[in-house]
Formats: sequence, C-alpha cells, structure tokens
Amino acid sequence: MTEELLTYHQRHYGMDHDRYEWSMLQDRAPVRWPGGKPLALWINISIQHFPLSGEKPRVAPPGALTMPYPDLRHYTLRDYGNRVGIYRLLQVMERYGASPSLAISGALVARYPQLLERLAQTPYEWLGHGWNMLSMHAGEIDPAVEAGWIAEARAALLSCSDRSITGWLSPGRIQTANTPELLVKNGFTYQCDWVNDELPYNFRTAAGEMTCLPSCLELDDVFVLTQNLHSEDSFAQQVIDAADLLINEGREQGGRLLSLNFHPWLVGQPHRIRTVREILEALLVQRSDTIWHAAPAAIIEAAKT
Amino acid sequence: MSAATQNAELALYDYAPYEGRPKLSWPNGARLAFWVAPNIEFYELDPPVNPHRQPWPHPYPAVPGYSIRDYGNRVGHQRQMAVLDKYGVRGSISLSAALCEHHPEIIALCAERNWEFFSHGIYNTRYTYGLTEAQEREMIEDAMDTIERAVGQRPAGYLAPALSHSNHTIDLFAEAGGIYTCDLFHDDQPTWVKTRSGRPFVSIPYSLELNDTIAYVVQKMEPRRYGEIIRRAFDQLYEEGEESGTVMCIPTHNYQVSCPHRLRAFEEALEYVTGHSDVWVTTGREIAEYTLTHCSDQIKGGEGSAT
Repeated sequence: MTEELLTYHQRHYGMDHDRYEWSMLQDRAPVRWPGGKPLALWINISIQHFPLSGEKPRVAPPGALTMPYPDLRHYTLRDYGNRVGIYRLLQVMERYGASPSLAISGALVARYPQLLERLAQTPYEWLGHGWNMLSMHAGEIDPAVEAGWIAEARAALLSCSDRSITGWLSPGRIQTANTPELLVKNGFTYQCDWVNDELPYNFRTAAGEMTCLPSCLELDDVFVLTQNLHSEDSFAQQVIDAADLLINEGREQGGRLLSLNFHPWLVGQPHRIRTVREILEALLVQRSDTIWHAAPAAIIEAAKT
Repeated sequence: MSAATQNAELALYDYAPYEGRPKLSWPNGARLAFWVAPNIEFYELDPPVNPHRQPWPHPYPAVPGYSIRDYGNRVGHQRQMAVLDKYGVRGSISLSAALCEHHPEIIALCAERNWEFFSHGIYNTRYTYGLTEAQEREMIEDAMDTIERAVGQRPAGYLAPALSHSNHTIDLFAEAGGIYTCDLFHDDQPTWVKTRSGRPFVSIPYSLELNDTIAYVVQKMEPRRYGEIIRRAFDQLYEEGEESGTVMCIPTHNYQVSCPHRLRAFEEALEYVTGHSDVWVTTGREIAEYTLTHCSDQIKGGEGSAT
C-alpha cells in the first residue's frame, strides 16, 4: 500500500510537469528595458467584490468573509474599498503620474456602474480578476462552470470599455488544472498567478502558449500588512529595499522587475494611504532615473525584444 | 511497532547540563563554529498522498505553495550564492536528492565552490511517516547514493525530509554511513548520539530559531528584525565561546532569504558575523569530523548517568 510513497514518476531533468521549461533567471539573455533603465515597475490595483451571501469559498482568498451570515463587518470593510479607498488610491496614482493596471471583479460592472465609469476614464490597463471573490478557481470545478466565470468576467469588463483585455489575475492567485487552457480559449494572452519568477516567461497550455507575468505575493499589501502583521513603515521599507537590490542587479546582470499589488480596501484606509504616497515618492520620484514604470502588457512586450 | 515503542522517551543522548561541561576547543582557538545551511529543495506539484501529512494547503494544482518554492530555485539560489561568496561562506546544503536529477545546474554551481551536500531526503513532499523500516532504509540509501553519484562524495549529514521522522531515522542514517544529524535542537554544542550500531555519531546544532522559514513564515518577522536576531544570537554564542567552543548555524531557504526585500538583512548579518576574529567559518561536515576526531570524550559528557 505504501509502495507508491517510494515511486517517482517525474524524477528526471527539468520540472515535474510540462507547463514551462526549467531555467534560472541569472542564466538567461539579459533583458533591456526602454531607456536602458535597470528596473521595470508594475503596480497593480485589485478591485474586488466580496459577496455577502454567506456561501463559503472553496479556498478562502485573502480578505474573505469569515463570520456567520450576515458578516457585515467584513463585507462593509471590503465595500469601503469600492466606495472610498479606490478613489483615494486613484488620486494618489494620478498625482504621481503612475500607470497602474486595474484587476477588476466582473461582478462590479453591473453592481457599481459609477465606479466602472470612473475606471474607464483612466488610461490604465485592465485585467480580468474573476467574477467575484467567491468564484475561486480552485480544486475540481466543472470546467463549464469555470469557463462561464471567465467568459462572463471578460464580457462584463468589455461591456463598459473599448480597451483590449489580455491579462488575468485569479482571485487569491489560485488556479484549477484547467484555468490556463480556459484563459487562452477566452482571449487572454497572459496570467499572473504563478509567482515562480521575477520576469515574464512562456507558459504552455493545451490551447496554445501564453505568458506568465508573476505578480509578487511576498510584497502584496495584504500579505505584508494583514498576514505578516508588519507595520506600514516596514512595508514601505521592504518595497524600497527590494527596489534597491533589483536596481543593483539590473545594472550588473540585466533588467529586473518589481511588481506591487495594492487593495483599495486595505491601503485605501486613511492611516495607510500615506504609505502608498511614500512608496510612489521613493520609486517614481527619487528613483526615476533607474526605474521604468509601465503597464503589464508593455512590460511583457519589452521583455521579448 | 508496539505501543510501548511508540511512546518511548528519547534515548538518543544523555542529559548534560550546559554548566560545567568539559571545554571544547575549535581549530586555531576559534570561539565559535559558524555555518550556513541553505536548504535546496524540490517540492512536487503532484506527490502521492501520504495519509499522515498533506503536502499542500490548496487542492491540486497548489499554485501558491509550489510556485514560490520554484522561485527559490529559479531566482533565489544564485542570489543567495553571490552573497555567501562575498563573505567567504561555503554553504552546507540540505539537499532534496532528486534535485540532482531535476536541476543539475544548481548542483554544479555549488560543487565548483566546494560546498557541502548533506541529505534532506528525496523530495520535501515525501515524508518518513508511514514507511516500514525497510522502506525508510531504502529512501535514506537512495538519497545518499543519488547525491554521491552526482557530486562524488557520500553525504555525512541528514536533515530528515520536511522534518519527518520515525524512531529508526537516526539509527538508519548512521548505518548508511552518515556521521551527523541536524534533526535535534536540544543544544548549542555538538552532542554524542547513541545509535543502535554504536558507530561514532554526533548531533550538530542546526537552529530552528534562526531558520529563515521559521522566522518569516511562523514568526512573521520583519526582514530587518531577522537580521537583528541573528546578530544577537551571535553576540551571545561568541561571548560564551570564550569559555568553550559553541556552534551557530543559519539555515536558509532560497525562496525566503533571497527575496529582494529580505536579502539585505541577511547580508548585513553575515557581514557582522564574518567581521569578527576567532570565528571558524566552516561546514556541517567539518564540524562533525573535527568533533568526532578531537572532542569525542568531551561531548560524551553525561554518558552513564541516569536516563
């Protein structure tokens, strides 16, 4: 019965699956970012809908409701992000001339048309971000159900904007075994869920190749502030330390990428927004000669050349 | 395995109070033996189910856990290696043996630096739990043979995969030719370990407290705080080392310590430690061999006392 525990079906050169090739960052041909800058900066804002329904997600994403129905405390704290936090965050982004991408729950389109109108007026790239924060792409879901979530999320975003939508970030950066195929079939050319690299790389699916642009979890605001319980000042320090290390590496070895992910329901709070300003000041003003700040699709394009 | 065996108290070493021990003298009068143990691990995306322990918190494919560990090998390894090179530290690698097959490029980089490779099982997603004694022996020997084939030297040390043990683990490792274990966290000096074969065998301190994964994932430390606790641990062990040699280990993981927001704290700690005189910057194997050759009597300490 335990023989299987000592049987190794994938013990061979390279990865133990066929999604991508094994390669070390430092061994690849150097990437050159526009202007010869050593570091590319991608800022994403995840704009999310957490339903009050009382239904339990298959896997709880960060920020999931936890209390018995009706969990007003968590529902309204998340809703705060869509009423107040996002506007505060957009103002800071605009003040610094930042170009964040916006990953948006599809359900918000019908729910908050005024919000979507405001987001449509920005020049920012949009990413699919699932239907809502209960539609978790996790475990064994009927592929037809999962395909529906992806198609509807994409259709909702396309219904209120004429921008092209090619990128996807799953709620909680979790996928099923079918997610990559379903994304390609629905017109997505890149996804950001696999955090195994610091540069975009080719990701295989049965429906054709796509790109993975890893969205760093370790510097995600929710991870640092609510899971690690670090202070806001430490969060800013960590981001700056990361930028400085990557700038040095970028000078010596080839272009590097720093990816940040902000949540309006968290850093849009009045006592935290200052930290976002400090981070943008440090990166976009003080390090403007070494940082190329761009939208994710542009970063992927630049990494190919 | 009988219930009595299951419940047996640990009999691998004798009690020996930290006060009043025979003096340990390290080479060249060093006060402290310092080693860094990078864990270089391979976690499988789809390992067989072991009823005693789940490898991943998420259903297949466990993208979050798997991908950050892959990041360690793809991105983190060379970044950490460059820092260890800078401070003249040879890593003592806690190695998932199958990595010799999956990622031989990493093995080659470490081998050309004369780093040590010790066994950390086949994969960190394969546990000792549920194996018969014969199966555990097979796993231990497979890992040692695999590493020996890849690097030309049989591993001397063992850290059981994912810290999963049986009551035979250390006996079996000693019988397979090993001389030291990293699995016991009871002391800041080497300890004589009593295995059933009676072969010379020693426990070398490998700190869980200074382990980056414990610091960052369990204790959820801010990066600079991690650097600070390493310096504090060093100060204390360095002071005590004037009386009798101590051991300090920093166990690392290339998916933790090498993240760009964390490496600086580690680098500053290494700069601090290696900036002191009378520090023996060494490897696990060298501490074990030196101890067994020169200090066996001292570390047997309480042998014969009541257990």
